[in-house]
Amino acid sequence: MDGEQFNQMMLGAVAGADPGAAHSLSRRGFIKVAGGAAGGLVLGLSMGMPNLAQAQSGPPPRPFAPGAFVRIAPDGKITLISKNPEIGQGIKTGFGVILAEELDAKWSDVTVEQAEVNAAVYGTQIAGGSMSIPRGWDELRYAGAGARAMLIAAAAQRWGVPVGELTTADSTVIHAASGRKASYGSLATAAAALPVPDIQTLKLKARKDYKLIGKRFTGVDNAALVRGQPLFALDVQLPGMKYASIEKCPAVGGKAKSFNADEIKKLPGILDAFIVEGTPPVADVMKTGVLPGVAIIGKNTWTVLSARKALKVEWDTGTASKDSWTDFVKQAGVLASKTQGETVVKAKGDVDKALAAGEGKTKTVEAFYQFGFVSHAQLEPQNTVAWFKDGAVELWAPMQLPDPALVGAAAGVPADKVKLNQMRVGGGFGRRLMNDFVCEAAHLSRKVDGPVQVVWTREDDMRHDAYRVGGFMGYRAGIDAQGKLAAFDAHMVTFKDTASGKVSKGGGISPNEFPADYVDDYRASQSFLPLSTPVVWWRAPGASTMAWVQQSFLHEVAVAAGRDHVEFLVELFGRKSGTGAAPNRGLDPDRAIGVIKLAAEKAGWGKRLPKGHHHGLAFYFSHLGHIAEVAEVSVDASKKVTVHKVTVAADVGPVINLSAAENQCEGSVVDAVGTLALEVTIEGGAAQQTNFDRYPLPRMAVTPKVDVHFVQSEHSPTGLGEPVFPPVVPAICNAIHAATGHRIRTLPITKEGFSIG
Amino acid sequence: MMRLQVNGKELTIDGVAEDTPLLWVLRDELKLVGTKFGCGIAQCGACTVHLDGQPVRSCQIPVSAVSGMKVTTVEGLAEGEQLSALQQAWIDHDVAQCGYCQSGQLMSATALLATNPDPTDAQIDSAMAGNICRCGTYGRIKKAIKAAAQAGKGKA
Repeated sequence: MDGEQFNQMMLGAVAGADPGAAHSLSRRGFIKVAGGAAGGLVLGLSMGMPNLAQAQSGPPPRPFAPGAFVRIAPDGKITLISKNPEIGQGIKTGFGVILAEELDAKWSDVTVEQAEVNAAVYGTQIAGGSMSIPRGWDELRYAGAGARAMLIAAAAQRWGVPVGELTTADSTVIHAASGRKASYGSLATAAAALPVPDIQTLKLKARKDYKLIGKRFTGVDNAALVRGQPLFALDVQLPGMKYASIEKCPAVGGKAKSFNADEIKKLPGILDAFIVEGTPPVADVMKTGVLPGVAIIGKNTWTVLSARKALKVEWDTGTASKDSWTDFVKQAGVLASKTQGETVVKAKGDVDKALAAGEGKTKTVEAFYQFGFVSHAQLEPQNTVAWFKDGAVELWAPMQLPDPALVGAAAGVPADKVKLNQMRVGGGFGRRLMNDFVCEAAHLSRKVDGPVQVVWTREDDMRHDAYRVGGFMGYRAGIDAQGKLAAFDAHMVTFKDTASGKVSKGGGISPNEFPADYVDDYRASQSFLPLSTPVVWWRAPGASTMAWVQQSFLHEVAVAAGRDHVEFLVELFGRKSGTGAAPNRGLDPDRAIGVIKLAAEKAGWGKRLPKGHHHGLAFYFSHLGHIAEVAEVSVDASKKVTVHKVTVAADVGPVINLSAAENQCEGSVVDAVGTLALEVTIEGGAAQQTNFDRYPLPRMAVTPKVDVHFVQSEHSPTGLGEPVFPPVVPAICNAIHAATGHRIRTLPITKEGFSIG
Repeated sequence: MMRLQVNGKELTIDGVAEDTPLLWVLRDELKLVGTKFGCGIAQCGACTVHLDGQPVRSCQIPVSAVSGMKVTTVEGLAEGEQLSALQQAWIDHDVAQCGYCQSGQLMSATALLATNPDPTDAQIDSAMAGNICRCGTYGRIKKAIKAAAQAGKGKA
């Protein structure tokens, strides 16, 4: 499954794989949730408080809790609940803004809380695929609007006036005719006793009436963060807590045969040490449970980490990965020598004929690209606190996709005996869609009396990451007499997981990949190498590498055709202008053209730049976002590349929180600038880069100026955690070509003698 | 038993090996978890604290080496409810994404402004070079430092 398929999977969970259908299906989901409220209050949900309010006639007043998303206390405090994990994408603030907008709450009255993990109430709670905003948009707006309707109804009842005469503003219901006002808090208890409004009767605000959406909001946890208050799982310190860590075989899949147990157990502060068999290997990397190794339990983190250094483990590497990147490169070269891969993903017209000599075209362009594996390298290492007692396990973990059934299995208990606490996640980037580290803690909790905190070192994290998959792409393109792209042939050499026999996550080429719909003679095919190294979603999976090969190569074609890159792309997308978004895909050629032109205009494309500075352009559609970017780059004599500025033009519909949206764009640019000089090489089944000394993440000095422009179109809003990343790398490489005439066809660029500085 | 002075308080700790890095004493023993573990080899700066005002990587400093020195952690930057100018600038400029590195960033920035109240861009780059932000919030960190420097000027 590639990145686009990931998008479809995520969309399909909500909207039948059609972004346009998100609205109606979200409404269905909403009603279903409401129906589950068994005598509950407003918008259904699980809160018992409203019933209590009805049952009790006197004080203490109970909070008004219209559903699982809004709670209003009689003192006026408004608590909004964010159901999805916060991994730095700013969803906790963004969800709060959407709810507060339709509730018509005053932002300063609002507190946002992280939801409990509860599938019955919230459905899938995931930070993945940049889908929180598109999936949450309708659900949250109706939750806010429903609560507002109940508060209005309560005021109407109190004052004996028709609902239609009432308006709201700043957490207050207003009767303009009589000048009466009532705060939401003063209405909360009365509202709690009212019936749930029919969703069909709820009216959402028109965009022109928004008071909050689109403005800049600072993150709701900012004050706690700058004080260093405990927000992360690694910050959880429980009374009597023990500490644990597992030494794993450097080669993925290796198991511990024996170790110097007597010696280790005698070390000061060590409470126990034992071999962990691990759960049997699974086909789906997302369902990875406990990895094998040697567990050490101690009285604090340092005693455990020190003891690990004293470990002498005999590994059984019979089942371990033997993967070698060097071998992959050789094998890929052989496979790629054929123009057609073993599987044809899409073919139309006759690409071989069109690319043969003398078919009325003036030029053929060919190129071969390769890109290595990279690590998620989220800054908070994997960790989890687990506490098993009375047949149940409670965990505090940094999760992008809480999975009680999987975690329960690791502790030997059913899902309903698992309580998962969603902690703020110290970076996700896709790695924490897996729950292997959570399973580890669940498993160890059965061997420890009281709570236990499992921590991975950075070396554990980089050796036992599930990486962004590498790959290879052979391209051929034909240019006709008018200098137009006439034929396009893509042969990707990618990977299949040996465990599942399926295309590795983030690998492969989709039948809909651009420019399939835009040329008559087209073929996409792929060949496969077997991969034992685990790989999983990595920020803009598939897209983050496909954008680089495709948008670099299309620039090669534009250059070969002697055409301006902006004009070339606009002409190519223009071939389908007016056709709207492609079915099951969402790429709208006119939105593409819109952002390409906007990026070019804002960057000053074609205008004079400072001496030695050059522009490069790229566009990519992913995660429902249409994004074009122009990089301004200079390259010195030692091939050091300086990225001075990146202009981002993004069409993701209306922006919810402008500050967070810009932050995602800025961060994506830095991530992409750094990643184009990074790789994890696998040899003998083991990662060769195990810490930041050999995996040098970008630092402040390489940060370009990032100039962000949002189209703010009328389409439903979509996410920004991922789609800004993919075009950055080809935009920079295209600028390097403009500066030097050298085409980067290998990532990391260090392989071609370039560096980022 | 060891004596430590952390955020202005005299503390004693018991039963901890002398080679234990200050990072883990702060986190596990003193429950000052604002100081973060990121790499364990002084590459990421998430564990940055001050020793007598100097920024250091607490993952590399054995606790036995800090006796008699003043240790300041991110929890010690505010004076009660009053945030430091940098902390306030961090909030106002909405610096954080995941936020995990920001304690360390704040400690490095605080040390910078203490010795150089009006740093240039290059001086900021240099002083902050030891701190990785995986989310890439460097542009905002720099803006926040400049804003705090400006606020400091106003007071002087």
